[in-house]
Amino acid sequence: MGRTLADKVYDAHVVRRAEGEPDLLYIDLHLVHEVTSPQAFDGLRMNGRKVRRPELTIATEDHNVPTTDLLKPIADPVSRTQVETLRKNCADFGVRLHPMGDDGQGIVHVIGPQLGLTQPGMTVVCGDSHTSTHGAFGALAHGIGTSEVEHVLATQTLPQIKPKMMAVTVDGALPEGVTAKDLILAIIARIGTGGGQGHIIEYRGEAIRSLSMEGRMTVCNMSIEAGARAGMIAPDETTFEYLKGRPNAPQGEDWDRAVEYWKSLRTDDDAVFDKEVVIDAAELTPFVTWGTNPGQGLPLGESVPDPASFADPVDRQAAERALEYMGLTAGTPLREIRVDTVFVGSCTNGRIEDLRAVAGILDGRKVADGVRMLVVPGSMKVKKQAEQEGLHEVISASGAEWREAGCSMCLAMNPDKLTPGERSASTSNRNFEGRQGPGGRTHLVSPAVAAATAVTGTLTAPADL
Amino acid sequence: MEAFTTHTGRGVPLRRSNVDTDQIIPAVWLKQVSRTGFDKGLFSAWREDPEFVLNRPEYAGASVLIAGTDFGTGSSREHAVWALQQYGFKVIIAPRFGDIFRNNSTKMGLLPVVLPVETVEALQARAEADPAAEITVDLAAREVRAGDITAPFEIDDYTRWRLMEGLDDIGLTLRYADDIAAYERDRAPWMPVTADR
Repeated sequence: MGRTLADKVYDAHVVRRAEGEPDLLYIDLHLVHEVTSPQAFDGLRMNGRKVRRPELTIATEDHNVPTTDLLKPIADPVSRTQVETLRKNCADFGVRLHPMGDDGQGIVHVIGPQLGLTQPGMTVVCGDSHTSTHGAFGALAHGIGTSEVEHVLATQTLPQIKPKMMAVTVDGALPEGVTAKDLILAIIARIGTGGGQGHIIEYRGEAIRSLSMEGRMTVCNMSIEAGARAGMIAPDETTFEYLKGRPNAPQGEDWDRAVEYWKSLRTDDDAVFDKEVVIDAAELTPFVTWGTNPGQGLPLGESVPDPASFADPVDRQAAERALEYMGLTAGTPLREIRVDTVFVGSCTNGRIEDLRAVAGILDGRKVADGVRMLVVPGSMKVKKQAEQEGLHEVISASGAEWREAGCSMCLAMNPDKLTPGERSASTSNRNFEGRQGPGGRTHLVSPAVAAATAVTGTLTAPADL
Repeated sequence: MEAFTTHTGRGVPLRRSNVDTDQIIPAVWLKQVSRTGFDKGLFSAWREDPEFVLNRPEYAGASVLIAGTDFGTGSSREHAVWALQQYGFKVIIAPRFGDIFRNNSTKMGLLPVVLPVETVEALQARAEADPAAEITVDLAAREVRAGDITAPFEIDDYTRWRLMEGLDDIGLTLRYADDIAAYERDRAPWMPVTADR
C-alpha cells in the first residue's frame, strides 16, 4: 500500500521500533524560546546531562520581548529574569541564541524558515504549539511540552506513537480577495477544534498548491487550532524557490542531492488517509471569528449566530458563553462589530507578504479615529525588509504604530495587551478568553481584513472600502 | 515522577467544553523559571468569580477533575499540567483532550482518562448531587468506579506501565544511546546545522 507524505517523513526518522513500545523518533531541528525551556535546562543540570546536539538546536527571545525601546532593559522584572535565564542556559549549554536587538531575532517560527533551517522531510519540534507552521515545507513539525523539550535536549529524540493521517483537500482556486487565513479559519470552523485530534493533517489540492510559502505557513500554523498537532504540505517548486540561497539551505551539489530527495516527498496515489475532508475554494469569502474558540467563525457577510440555532447542546452552551464574554448580541451583522484595536503580527501573519497586504490597503488611507493599530513584524529581518520596501512609511502615515519584532499581542506576555472589555481584530491565531489581555475580546481575521477594519473601525473586507 | 496505580478522591464537575490551556493557566503565570508555584495560577481568571466551581467550599480538596470535551486544547504549555497537579488534581476525566496536553500529562504522572460523553455527564451529575462522593480511578484495571457507575477506559500498555512504575522517559531513552548514534551516522550530510555558515 502507498504511503502518505507524513508516513514517509515519519518512517525515515525511526531510530528504534519495538513491539508494544512507542517509536523512538529522531529530531532534526529543535527550536527553543524563553518561556517553555527554563525548567528543561534545569532538569538537565539536576541530572548532570548535556545538550546532545547543540548544533541542531537554536534559540530566540520572542514571547516576552517588548516591541518598543529595545535598548532599555525589559521593565517587567519577571519577564527580564526569564529572558536572562535563556541567555545563561544557551551560554552554559552551547546553544546558538538570537537575543533581543540581534538582527536574527524574531518569532521562533518565523526565523527557522527565514534562515533556511526548516527544510522538507525534516522533523522539527519546539515547546510551542504553533511549531506546526514548519509543516508548510513538508517537514513533520509539532509542539511539545517542557518535559519533552528536556527529552529532546538530552537525547535528540522523542518517543512517539504514530498519529493517524487526515487529508484536507481544497479544490479549485481561491476567489479574488480570499487569503490563506480565510481558508484556514473556514477549515477550522468546518471540522471543529477537535476535528484533527490524533491526526496529522496534509493540506492538498489546487488552492493549496497555488499558495505562496507565506500562505502555506499561515495554513499549517493553525493546524493546532483544528486539534491536529501537525499540518503538512508536500514540497514543490514554490518550496525549493523559497529555500534556495537561504543561509542554512544546502548549496552546490548538496542542493541538487537535497532537491532530488525532497521531490520524493509526496503522498503516493494509492495511499489511504484515515479521515478526508474536501473543501470547494470557490465557495470561500473573507472569514472572521465571533466567539472564544477558533472554530467559532463565519463568513464576514453573516451575522452573530443565535445559540439556539446549534443542535448540539455542548455547542449551544459554548455559544451562549462566548456571546456573553464577547459582549455580542445574536443577529448583529458581523460587519457592524466595532473594534478598538487592530493587531497585525504573530507567527500566523507576521511575515513580509502579510505586511505588504496591510500596507497595500493602508496606502493613502487613515486608521479610523479612536482605533489603535499595532503592526509587529515577525522578525527583525522581516522588519528590515519591510523598511527597505518602504512599507513602514505607508503604515506609519496611516496612523498605525510600527513596532519591533516579537509575539506581542498574540498572547500579551509583553506590555502589548488589551484592557478588560476592549475589542480587537487580530491576525493572530487564538480568540480564547483573555488571550490578548484579561477581559480582552478577540476577532481573528486576515491581514487584509485587519487593515480594512482599521480604516473603518468595524469588521470590514478590503472589497467594502 | 510519582508512580500511579489507583487513586480514590472526590470529583469536581467542570461543565465547560473547549477549556484551552490559556484558561487553565493564563500566560501571565508563564514567566516564572521554576517548576513550582503554579497552583495559584490555576484557572486564575475564572477563580475571580466566587461562584466558579473551584471556589465552592464543598469541592475543596477534590482531586479528580471531571471536565467537558476538548479539555486542554491550544498552547503546549506544560505549566497547565503543573498547575493542576500543584493544586491537588491527580486525574482529569473528559470525553476528549487536546493532544499536547494529554501527552504532557502522562509525562508528569497526571492521569488523563477519556470516557464517553454520557459517562462523563453522569459522573458530573453525581459530583453535583453529592460533592462528598468518591471516585476511584484504577489504572491497573483500566477502570473508573463511582457508586453504581463502572466505566472501562483505554490507555496504551506502554504509557500505563510507565505511569505505574513512575518512570521518566529520558532515562528509558538513554538505554538506546547506541541506536541513536547509529542513526546519526547515517543522516544525510546536507542536513542543516544551526551554526553560522
